[in-house]
Amino acid sequence: MDVPRTVFTKRNLVWLAVCLSIYFLVFFLRSYGILGNYHEITIAQICINIMLAVSLNLIVGFTGQFSLGHAGFMSIGAYATSLALRSRPDTIGFLIGITIGSVLALVVGVIIGIPTLRLRGDYLGIATLGMAEIIRVVFLNLKITNGAAGLMGTFRAANWTWLYLLTVMAVLAINNFVNSSHGRACISIREDETASEAMGVNTTAYKIIAFAFGAFFAGAAGGLYSSYFYFIKPDLFGFLKSIDMLVIVVLGGLGSITGTIISAILLSLLTTILQDFSSVRMIVYSVILVIIMLFRPQGLMGTVEISHVIDKFARKDKEDANTVS
Amino acid sequence: MLVIEQMDVHYGIIQAIKGISITVNYGEVVSLIGANGAGKTTILRTISGLAKQSGGSITFEGDDITKMAASKRVEAGISHAPEGRRVFPGMSVYENLELGAYLSKDKAKTKKSIEMVFGKFPRLAQREKQMAGTLSGGEQQMLAIGRALMLDPKILLLDEPSMGLAPLLVKEIFNTIKEINSSGTTILLVEQNASQALALADRAYVLETGKIVLSGKGEELLKSDEVRKAYLGG
Repeated sequence: MDVPRTVFTKRNLVWLAVCLSIYFLVFFLRSYGILGNYHEITIAQICINIMLAVSLNLIVGFTGQFSLGHAGFMSIGAYATSLALRSRPDTIGFLIGITIGSVLALVVGVIIGIPTLRLRGDYLGIATLGMAEIIRVVFLNLKITNGAAGLMGTFRAANWTWLYLLTVMAVLAINNFVNSSHGRACISIREDETASEAMGVNTTAYKIIAFAFGAFFAGAAGGLYSSYFYFIKPDLFGFLKSIDMLVIVVLGGLGSITGTIISAILLSLLTTILQDFSSVRMIVYSVILVIIMLFRPQGLMGTVEISHVIDKFARKDKEDANTVS
Repeated sequence: MLVIEQMDVHYGIIQAIKGISITVNYGEVVSLIGANGAGKTTILRTISGLAKQSGGSITFEGDDITKMAASKRVEAGISHAPEGRRVFPGMSVYENLELGAYLSKDKAKTKKSIEMVFGKFPRLAQREKQMAGTLSGGEQQMLAIGRALMLDPKILLLDEPSMGLAPLLVKEIFNTIKEINSSGTTILLVEQNASQALALADRAYVLETGKIVLSGKGEELLKSDEVRKAYLGG
């Protein structure tokens, strides 16, 4: 449990190197034309799905609050970014939009969280579902959002650099939050809310914090989405979108960031591959989900993170070395 | 130190507690005994702020805490080991204890407290890294008590520490409670196991359907005919 307090530890440098090499690998593959536009769309989808699913995992997996309304927060970020890019079609407009959108999603998260987070389990799920529908209907009826037709021809400011940077930042922020004492408080709510309250954890406050924090990054993901895919309409952010995210989280493992990332990549790739077989696509997709849930009901990773696995091996190596000497 | 006056608690339209007054003095062990559904657990939950009262007041060390949030009451020195143990099953024993000191910012002190708990319950030290959900019932109870002691509380509320434990373990747990009390922590104990609870208690209250029907010194109640008939089996 002894986490070193300095920033430049061996572990952090290794992670930095891994992150940078992934970035440059994709960057060079793009510039040499090995990865085409078609591939880049898949990569964008993966990045956005990772952001959405990791932020949803903070709410559902770590804090244990069942939410079916994540698409609502995403749509707030998406519309804010689209509108900002409308009046200022450049990178600065994009950054302003995505910031406003994320903060707005956070504020809405707090406002909605205060009354609904008193509910538990299925009831909370239904309340959050209703909330996302309200947000969708508001966008459907506002003039500025152009109703059901949606906003088209948004300037594409989001590229691989922005996609990757924001995804890494979101994952890093949520990972650090989860491993802090605040994160521990959130996990204790999932484990046993009554006991956690008896320990002096302000459970209401922490549920709202987790909810708002998750909403913030969902808003950012929505911003990336609207700027990358030119086009948004209220229908895109319906109930099914929230379910999609929940599927990624459950498949990866409730309470594992590593698992969420792996399953976001797998499911995004699966969707892309199956696009050519459109008639059987949903069947294959569903069958794979059923099989995984039957054989690994705790999700791909359970609550295990890749860092735990590495730590375990490192410790084993050390012990082996000790016994030899 | 803890004075409850005319406390009412409602669950929906059902009144679970009907105008109860209880006093706990510094250094005492006070037991609440009574049949199932008498309202024992509800009283503890209301004292720690997990349940809301509809009437009356609670005073702790001279301050009115009737409207205080649960987390603030922990800070004030009221610690609650809830009914049914309620450890965090997916966390290790060590992490459970760390969460017991969640409100403390002093890491060194937390470590010391954990060592203190391990000293009291050596069994927990052996299982330090094990998930709390995989512990036996007795070990979970030890962990729940240990966790409640992490912040060095002024008063410890114990809810049925003997529930579901083998007689030998019950004895052990009660000995530990005695030790905790003799090192200066005041204890309010709720128990089904009336004979053990009365033997340990300085004073006790007997509850029946939300009302106090009898109160007095532990040993006196142990000898009283009414209590013997109702709870001790003749």
